[in-house]
Amino acid sequence: MTGHLHKDDFGAKLGMWLFLFTELLLFGGLFLLYAVYLKRYPHEFAAGGTQLNWIMGTANTAILLTSSLSAAMAVTAVQRGELKRTVALLGGTVLCAACFMVIKYFEWSAKIGHGIYPGSEHLKAGAPGESVFFSLYYISTGIHGLHVMIGAALLTWIGVKVRSGEVNADNYILLENGALYWHLVDLIWIFIFPLYYLVL
Amino acid sequence: MNEHHHIVSYSKLIAIWLILLALTALTVAITRVNLGGYKVLGALVIACVKSGLVIAVFMHMKYEGRLLRWLLFLALVTLAVFIGLTFFDVLYR
Repeated sequence: MTGHLHKDDFGAKLGMWLFLFTELLLFGGLFLLYAVYLKRYPHEFAAGGTQLNWIMGTANTAILLTSSLSAAMAVTAVQRGELKRTVALLGGTVLCAACFMVIKYFEWSAKIGHGIYPGSEHLKAGAPGESVFFSLYYISTGIHGLHVMIGAALLTWIGVKVRSGEVNADNYILLENGALYWHLVDLIWIFIFPLYYLVL
Repeated sequence: MNEHHHIVSYSKLIAIWLILLALTALTVAITRVNLGGYKVLGALVIACVKSGLVIAVFMHMKYEGRLLRWLLFLALVTLAVFIGLTFFDVLYR
């Protein structure tokens, strides 16, 4: 290996966006399933949706929007060379991610406590549309929650690199891409929230 | 890099965040009152506006070149086509 460092920030960003498009299509497929089954089982979906806690959903929406603000501000901070502030803002995003997961934990455990989980006796005995609704709810919020955890881990790792000076005002594509991933997590929630918690 | 970097100011980011929170409150408000089928439409329109703001400002798409914008457009068209064609099947089966 030579000491030559190859850098292609635009290529890195292009690659990130292409990856985000595949993510968009993944969640797009889940929203499509939701739409088709909503049309087939409108009453069961309405019955399922009203069992979700919209106050917790609203709180999580505000938390994720705030986490996205913090991530976007971290990019501005690193561009301006304010590295300490960058680390603090990334910390804010990760803290919001943790709050989001704690609320999600309470939501899921309340549902599971009521016997509502995929394959449960309660759902097997009920209308088929209801178990479809809750299967979609668990898979959509579950994959989304997985993304929240991956994103938080990614931003923590990037925060460590900002602290060590490896990511700085001249070299911050890693942080930019990490923030892009985080915003995608926020974008998906912007649709999950009204569709599952509000409109039914 | 082939171009200068646009730095989005903190105040602009905070303004967008406040708009996003206000739109969230609006979504909650319109879905708590009885609007029938319009609440689904209203909630989705607001969600699209919110996503547009996140993509344009938080994700810097507004300041990106043509290539990324066209790719985003292509991805959204692909999504719209497969949702559209599925419903063409589901609704007229």
